[in-house]
Amino acid sequence: MLRKFAIPVLAVVVIGLLGFTILASRPSIAPVKNSPNRASFSTESIAKGEMLVAEGHCVSCHIRPGGQPLAGGYGVNTPFGVIYGTNITPDNKTGIGLWSLAAFTRAMREGVSRDGHHLYAAFPYTAFTELSDDDINALYAYLMTRTPVSATVPPNTVPFPLNIRLLEEGWKVLFFRKKTFQANPAKGAEWNRGAYLAEALSDCGGCHTPRNALGGEKLRLAYAGAVVDRWLAPPLTKDNPSPIPWREDQLFNFLRTGVDPLHGPVAATMTPVVRDALNLPVVPDADVRAIAIYFSDINQAAAHGADAEVVTKAMETSPLGSGQDYDPDGNLYASACMSCHYNSGTTPRGARPELALSSSLTLPEPTNFIQAVLQGIGAKDGVPGLVMPAYASSLTNADVAGLAAYLRRTRTSLPPWTDLEKKVASARKGLKASR
Amino acid sequence: MTMFNLNGRPVSVHSPDEVPLLWVIRDELGLTGTKFGCGIGCCGACTVHVEGRATRSCITSVGSIAGADVTTIEGLDPAGKHPLQTAWIELQVPQCGYCQSGQIMQAATLLKDFPNPTDQDINAVMAGSLCRCMTYIRIRKAIKLAASRMREGAVT
Repeated sequence: MLRKFAIPVLAVVVIGLLGFTILASRPSIAPVKNSPNRASFSTESIAKGEMLVAEGHCVSCHIRPGGQPLAGGYGVNTPFGVIYGTNITPDNKTGIGLWSLAAFTRAMREGVSRDGHHLYAAFPYTAFTELSDDDINALYAYLMTRTPVSATVPPNTVPFPLNIRLLEEGWKVLFFRKKTFQANPAKGAEWNRGAYLAEALSDCGGCHTPRNALGGEKLRLAYAGAVVDRWLAPPLTKDNPSPIPWREDQLFNFLRTGVDPLHGPVAATMTPVVRDALNLPVVPDADVRAIAIYFSDINQAAAHGADAEVVTKAMETSPLGSGQDYDPDGNLYASACMSCHYNSGTTPRGARPELALSSSLTLPEPTNFIQAVLQGIGAKDGVPGLVMPAYASSLTNADVAGLAAYLRRTRTSLPPWTDLEKKVASARKGLKASR
Repeated sequence: MTMFNLNGRPVSVHSPDEVPLLWVIRDELGLTGTKFGCGIGCCGACTVHVEGRATRSCITSVGSIAGADVTTIEGLDPAGKHPLQTAWIELQVPQCGYCQSGQIMQAATLLKDFPNPTDQDINAVMAGSLCRCMTYIRIRKAIKLAASRMREGAVT
């Protein structure tokens, strides 16, 4: 009986696997004999590529800490393991020196390496597939005219069997569609430019859209916010909980300079998107403005009332804790935090992040608040000129929990966070594990 | 190795990244005007400027300030005559003096942000700078004196 079924079942499985392997396999694209030289590209194309590399913040991943830009090595923490950004300088052995334009275009549009292996979606080909031919050509022109850097990156830590690259084909069947960018005719040119940059090039959804168990973006929840490297990438939709809505000018300030006084400074994995990318002179104001126009529409900022009342209220709460009242958490706030975070007058100063306006206190979870307190903000993070010390070594879990509860209670009208001490302990554990 | 600017001069130090800036300044670079107080960023004695802003050096790792401009009490004014320093001497603010370099560095940031500080501004910004000799009354006076002179200076 068993044998009677076993053979046909086995046959079906073998044929199925064979079929999948054939379907999933991609050919290698022949290496070019010599790296294309500068003369084969137009100056305009190279210049445009430089701008696009900045706007696509390619260097965020294609660099190791302290290393050479574009030479790869940043480890992207995914639930499936650490995936390292590769060397995309035109080095023949360790980089993309032997890649033809066809191979580069296939990688960008389909997520397939020159030698034919599938790329993990940590490389956002899911977004780049929408780039125009012209932009892909410009990116190629810029990358191929950089100085080659010989640098290998650490091996990915994705475990067996997920490291079988052929399986990525299955992932692509489920979650990837090759497509071109469709402009929305109901919106203006700037809005559409912003949409193109956000969706096809900068891949904002890569961090701000939640993913399912298999790592596919939940497209129905586009920009609904997600956890990235133990921080919350906040929602960019109308559910963004910032006390002051992100209006066009504020988004522009933030993306261009790394800080908006009515929201606060950039932090965590968003830092390189601003400091090593969007604030570079090669990025035109108009493109940053376009992204701001796009998201200030997506988040329906215009539906909110005037900001003045919220700012006034925040300024009123700013001195709380400086008095003589006995409140251990308030007293700790006064001695550890207030000398930098206090504001007075009619509006907060950019160098004094006003906590009553910070989404770290109004997000449903205290994640970002806890991370900022434990890790601080170094000179290379956040905004230039602002450093916040890391309090991990000086404050206990109970201290940080106390500060979180105190600020949530006195600076917002939202319900208290729960299990604070446990959450601080768990964040601290994650911090140690990552070192 | 970490490189940064200390009082306007480039320095490179060999302490590991996680070593607090305070120990680098005092032990490796030999500037002892900055003091160790509580060691947990809650008393202000170790305050220095990073990029011109008051920062508690006892819990700020040297790795996190790589490339930044750091100023200690020794570098606040080349001749030691910052308006806060002269006001401090005129009003004989210190008693034991241990916390005072931190007080002055914090007060300098206060005056940068609040050129005409109210009592509430002083209370709030200076709340993290403790003085066990209770010189707070004179600190407040000296801050106001320095503020008025700095405002006059700015006008002329």
